[in-house]
Amino acid sequence: MSDVLVIARLALQEALRRRVLAVVAVLTVASGALYIIGSVSLQHHLVGQTDFTTGGKLEPIVPATMLGLASFGTLFLGSVLAVFLTAGAVRGDVDRGLVQPLVVRPVGRAVYLGGRALAAVTVSGGYVLIVSALGTLTTRLVFTDLPPQAWQAIPPLVVGVMIVTMLTLLVSCLLSTVATGISVLMAYGAGLVAGLLGEIAETFNATTLSRIADAVSYALPFEALYRDSLARLSPAGPLGQLVRLGPLGGAHEGGVGLWLYVLGYAVVCGALAVRAFSRADL
Amino acid sequence: MSNPPSALVQATGLTKSYKRAVALRGVDLEVNAGEVVGLLGPNGAGKSTLTKVLCGLVRPDGGRASIAGASAGSTLARSKVGYLAELFRFPGWASAAEVLTTHQKLAHRPSSGGDADERARLLAEVGLAHAATTRIEAMSKGMQQRLGLAQAMIGDPAVLLLDEPTSALDPAGRHTVREVLARARDRGTAVLLNTHLLGEVELLADRVVLIDAGTVVAAGTVTDLTAGHGVTVETDQGTVEHPKATRDDVPDLVARLIADGRRVYAVIPHRSTLEDLYLELVGDRETQR
Repeated sequence: MSDVLVIARLALQEALRRRVLAVVAVLTVASGALYIIGSVSLQHHLVGQTDFTTGGKLEPIVPATMLGLASFGTLFLGSVLAVFLTAGAVRGDVDRGLVQPLVVRPVGRAVYLGGRALAAVTVSGGYVLIVSALGTLTTRLVFTDLPPQAWQAIPPLVVGVMIVTMLTLLVSCLLSTVATGISVLMAYGAGLVAGLLGEIAETFNATTLSRIADAVSYALPFEALYRDSLARLSPAGPLGQLVRLGPLGGAHEGGVGLWLYVLGYAVVCGALAVRAFSRADL
Repeated sequence: MSNPPSALVQATGLTKSYKRAVALRGVDLEVNAGEVVGLLGPNGAGKSTLTKVLCGLVRPDGGRASIAGASAGSTLARSKVGYLAELFRFPGWASAAEVLTTHQKLAHRPSSGGDADERARLLAEVGLAHAATTRIEAMSKGMQQRLGLAQAMIGDPAVLLLDEPTSALDPAGRHTVREVLARARDRGTAVLLNTHLLGEVELLADRVVLIDAGTVVAAGTVTDLTAGHGVTVETDQGTVEHPKATRDDVPDLVARLIADGRRVYAVIPHRSTLEDLYLELVGDRETQR
């Protein structure tokens, strides 16, 4: 285990010394400021409107919508961070000659991968956890109300970005840094599109399209986790249906089965990465 | 009676192909404890592939390779190897001391005098005592290569596998590396020195293995390999060439001349150089590829 920590520390030091984390922090603060300004401005705008001030029917939609937006932004930024931290972890660093001096040590290749995965999962998962928590807290302070399961919407996002990290690590065993980054980010975009298509399919009862969307959600389970997170933000009852058709399009509860599937998915990604890296000539 | 030399590096019938390109075609190699073996050959001959097989970076298609009795590439074998790759890089943001510290942790070979002392000793040995806190990105290529050698020597490994360790060094740096490797040999380390620099090998190597197109084409001590044919004898009747005679024939040749009543003033056995041998066996095949 200590060898995994040594490799993870090396990867974290790289991110720190190369100012990756500093840049991410600055840009996140800027995004957060934008979110706060938007939330406060919206709240002031709505105060004078009858439905909002009198506790009307539309009131729960506002914080849910804002949190839905925050979830999308947080998962996107977290995924970009995960991809850029991990895209060059194997093939890219092998091409640069950084990996060879490390893996000829008695620690072995699986340990190297474990260290890189630990560092990337810690950073990207921690990032999404902290930013989501701050976003939820901000929403609570500005609107004085939250969807009932607002805090429970955070874990699916954290695990979602961890899945993006594991997927990137696997692809980085096979492709160069640039090719890995492009392919994972394109897959990420395709996953989001598939989620929206699934919602359209559900609305119009298009069975085939719905199955395609489900298949994509299983192939790229960070999308299924994102939909599960959105479902936890959706208000109950007819209002919830309204929200799902609009700002939180694609919301879909995953249930326990999703979590078990995601666990297996992560294990398979890790095992395939170890297998690919172990067989590679360096 | 002295003990027979113990081979710390053993390779038998190693074969390796990269798709259609054949890199190794049944290579045999041994490096004994306290021995420096120079691995020579043109670019693409298979030298780096052989070195990588021995340290576990490349999996052979056939044959066997072992380090101190353990299968090459196994955890046990890697724990006994210090390796300097031909193309390597350390993180540019790290200092020399940080690089060594990381490798000390991963090497699983605790130093008897403490890690800090070992770092100071290794940096001094390779001429980087002044650069412990210097970042890699501020170092010249030669300094990085010296640091690479220091990294390879962490924990006094039983086997040193060095791929072009002096390619970026100036003459003073090469001299330093030769001294370092000579001391390692004296401590009983088996050193495989993969290089293009024939002069380095002539000065340092106990044995030479010349490899071309994945095959060993010559192997032996430098003296054996450079022993040429021909002896020049200067007598009272002039200088006579004996083109087929060898160094071993000199005593009999001189005895015969004296028996014939000649006065012998000088006897010069002819020698070739490693360069002669290299050009004879490999020629300019590299440029023909």
